[in-house]
Amino acid sequence: MSETTVEAVGVPRARQMLELAGWASRAYARYDSATVQRIAEAVVRVAESKAEHYADWAVRETGFGVVEHKIVKNKLCSRGILDAYRDSDYVSPRIHAERKIVEVPRPAGVILALTPSTNPVSTVYFKVLLALLTRNAIVVSPHPFAKECCADAARELGKAAVAAGAPDGVVQVVDEPSIPLIDALMTDERTNVILATGGVPVVRAAYGSGNPAIGVGPGNVPVLVDATADLHRAATKLVDSKAFDNSILCTNESVLVVEESVADRFIRELERSGAYLLKDEERDRVRDVVFPEGRFDTSLVGKDASDIAARAQVRTPSRTRILLAPFDAAVDEEPLAHEKLCPVLGLVRVPNAQRGIRTAVALLRLGGAGHSAVIHSTDPGTVMAYAAAVRVLRVAVNEGGSTGCAGFGTNLAPSMTIGTGFVGRSSLGENLEPKHLVNWTQVAYSTDPAEVMPSFVGIHPEEAPLEPVPPYPVASNAGAPTLTAVPDLPEEVPTELREELRRLILEELTAIVRG
Amino acid sequence: MSFDYGDFSYASKDEMLEKSREFWNPGKTDFWVDAGVPLVIDRREEYYLYDMSGKRLLDVHLNGGTYNLGHRNPEVVHAVTAATAHFDIGNHHFPSLARTALAEALVTSAPPGITKVVYGSGGGEAIDIAIKTARHTTRKRKVVSILKAYHGHTGLAVATGDDRFSKLFLADRPEEFPHVPFNDLNAMEDALRGRDVAAVLIETIPATYGFPLPDPGYLETVKALCERYDALYIADEVQTGLMRTGELWAVNKHGIAPDILVTGKGISGGMYPLSAVLVNERSAGWLTEDGFGHISTFGGAELGCIAGLKALEICNRAETRSMVHYISDQIGRGLREIQAQFPDWFVGIRQHGVVMGLEFAHPQGAKLVMRSLYENGVWAIFSTLDPRVLQFKPGILMRPQLCEDLLDRTAVAIDQARSALPRTVRHDPLRSRTAVSA
Repeated sequence: MSETTVEAVGVPRARQMLELAGWASRAYARYDSATVQRIAEAVVRVAESKAEHYADWAVRETGFGVVEHKIVKNKLCSRGILDAYRDSDYVSPRIHAERKIVEVPRPAGVILALTPSTNPVSTVYFKVLLALLTRNAIVVSPHPFAKECCADAARELGKAAVAAGAPDGVVQVVDEPSIPLIDALMTDERTNVILATGGVPVVRAAYGSGNPAIGVGPGNVPVLVDATADLHRAATKLVDSKAFDNSILCTNESVLVVEESVADRFIRELERSGAYLLKDEERDRVRDVVFPEGRFDTSLVGKDASDIAARAQVRTPSRTRILLAPFDAAVDEEPLAHEKLCPVLGLVRVPNAQRGIRTAVALLRLGGAGHSAVIHSTDPGTVMAYAAAVRVLRVAVNEGGSTGCAGFGTNLAPSMTIGTGFVGRSSLGENLEPKHLVNWTQVAYSTDPAEVMPSFVGIHPEEAPLEPVPPYPVASNAGAPTLTAVPDLPEEVPTELREELRRLILEELTAIVRG
Repeated sequence: MSFDYGDFSYASKDEMLEKSREFWNPGKTDFWVDAGVPLVIDRREEYYLYDMSGKRLLDVHLNGGTYNLGHRNPEVVHAVTAATAHFDIGNHHFPSLARTALAEALVTSAPPGITKVVYGSGGGEAIDIAIKTARHTTRKRKVVSILKAYHGHTGLAVATGDDRFSKLFLADRPEEFPHVPFNDLNAMEDALRGRDVAAVLIETIPATYGFPLPDPGYLETVKALCERYDALYIADEVQTGLMRTGELWAVNKHGIAPDILVTGKGISGGMYPLSAVLVNERSAGWLTEDGFGHISTFGGAELGCIAGLKALEICNRAETRSMVHYISDQIGRGLREIQAQFPDWFVGIRQHGVVMGLEFAHPQGAKLVMRSLYENGVWAIFSTLDPRVLQFKPGILMRPQLCEDLLDRTAVAIDQARSALPRTVRHDPLRSRTAVSA
């Protein structure tokens, strides 16, 4: 007798979501490019129109971040994404005549998307849209802190997709996420790829699931400002970036490393943009508040600078957007040298750019390997030296880190999932983009010159759906003529008419059977 | 190789079959061996059955929909197993926790007008309850059913069905149980015209007759005739209910609010015997007048009700409904492709959701295909009352891969069955009879 495994509440139904997603992904994988674009456009329209609604809801539900910045992110992750990939085609076969290879797209299938509490709805938007552009089905499992806004958003996007012709079940969401439930979904063989955005444990669990996974590591972004930088512009960019959604993006600057010769001028520029330089005893109190017992207090994620200052009993000017916390050495035991998802920016002065690069390298040794770095400099030699030295996979130059490294304001792929590569224990080294969710079957002809690859122009495996998917089941004789039209009979049918009807029915039936 | 099942064991499959003949049912045992389907179901999981020999079969018989949710559905198994720590069958005399909970769930998801639930332990008993209820409500005795219908083998139910089963036990009672041809509204009206009929009892799609589909408007008109001649409409949804047509009850799709609806088989997920009769307020009178009017020790056994609650919950999920639509579409398309290869042999597909009847151009065609399917690892049963037609009943939770596998095997089996026909038959195939005995 085999034992039956008792599963946690909600798990069996969540597994069924994967099953339905499997059906949907199979159907969707046959869709043509025009229909996919139409679906994506319809979804983006809804996402865009609800950007404010969900920004407000997310802040209300999580207590993290700034509504107006979340609106921006929601728009970037809807219309922004669609615009970015408008000319990309992940649907049609690619013909490489010179290489005698044809590539046929093969979508991943069922994507399990774990979304964070920090960038909740924007990440839902982002992952859903990426899935739809690549003809995948997606099951979203939101962070428990943001489950309501995320579930509602995912459902709305799913409805819009289906209304535009996408297969039913192409976007689904788990309402009550829990550890056993997420574990069950991650290890389920119906999950084709896991997109894990969240804390380190979630990402490690995704990689340990036995299923293909794309998860990324945490950041700890150094920003080097050398003597050649345009200080005014750099200060504006840096403060805007650090204040953006109160530093909730993992690409936000963590520690400013500034060359001594320009440090005071640069700090004055920062102050003009809304930074407040903490005095040493204020810095100590802020450190104790942000890192009680040396560990980051996650309740401060995305909180306003003024709230954090108030908690540390620091009086700040009313227009303060970020707090500058000076310290001397980028070493492990200095809490301020670690990642801070709140508008507190560490500050280290260095004698020259060379020391600045060493300091940035040291910061990345503490955390954030493979993630992001920023430099403000006009010297390409310094930029190259910096980029070659810091163990990250993207360096934003003369741009804010929060948005720049995430592909907004630079030409990196716009993304809510920043690959940290092998050095950051990730399978992904770039910003996550649609291409990562499709494989290509390569149809390869012989290199023998005698073998000529025929033309594949106009040969398409994909097609536009002609009816809702799946079609609503109707009886297979539904097209047969109806002789008994009206269910309620106004009066009894005379005998002769009944005979006539009987004859007609028989004739029709005989015709149907013969035909 | 010996077969040890804990408290009993067999030395071999042959020994098992021998004992089956000796102690249980020689007629049935021999029938299947002779039919080329020597199946003794051993292990079972998902939509798979395993013969004692280890041979694996994809089950699209489902014992009439009993295994709608698959064999030993883990959720149902867990519900029942967990419940055994607290419940047993219960005592039918008293108000019951589980029975009431399932009754509420059934009423809530029932067609309009249904207000109460009466329980039985099997479909036949439930049909008997429905007939008794109709007679009590209308103070009339006659029950009209469809020629070649099948509603079970108990005292009243068996009389509503084909002579094949009633005459054997001298249980046919044509004066009380007139039968009319399916899809023949005139015959139906003739039967009702005397206003002496308590109820029309009708399967929404008659299963054992090979799922001939009601003509568009037929059932709706039967319901209207029932209203005109003051007869109740009893919907037998034992095989067509529980999401098999893509809605919970097939009558929903006809916009019919039956006076009485009967469910069984799949209602308890194949893990505990249970049947239920859903009645509207007009028919529910006896439950107040004499609540002990129908006694059934095992009817509505509490463990069965707990299985039923889980099965009903699974059936009612939006995910399940959508999956049925996908499955029905994929299998329907696949079958039509196969049919296009053998149009003279595989002459018809009757389909509504995952309720399907496949017609073959030979009086015993379905038996031949059944055997060939069996050889190819699929178990589907012929229609007892129309052996041209194979009942083809995929489960509502089938995986896409299983559906593909089923279609591949079916294509091969249908071809093989055709090749095995005597040449004369193949060259001059019998044309399909109409589904209607008009």
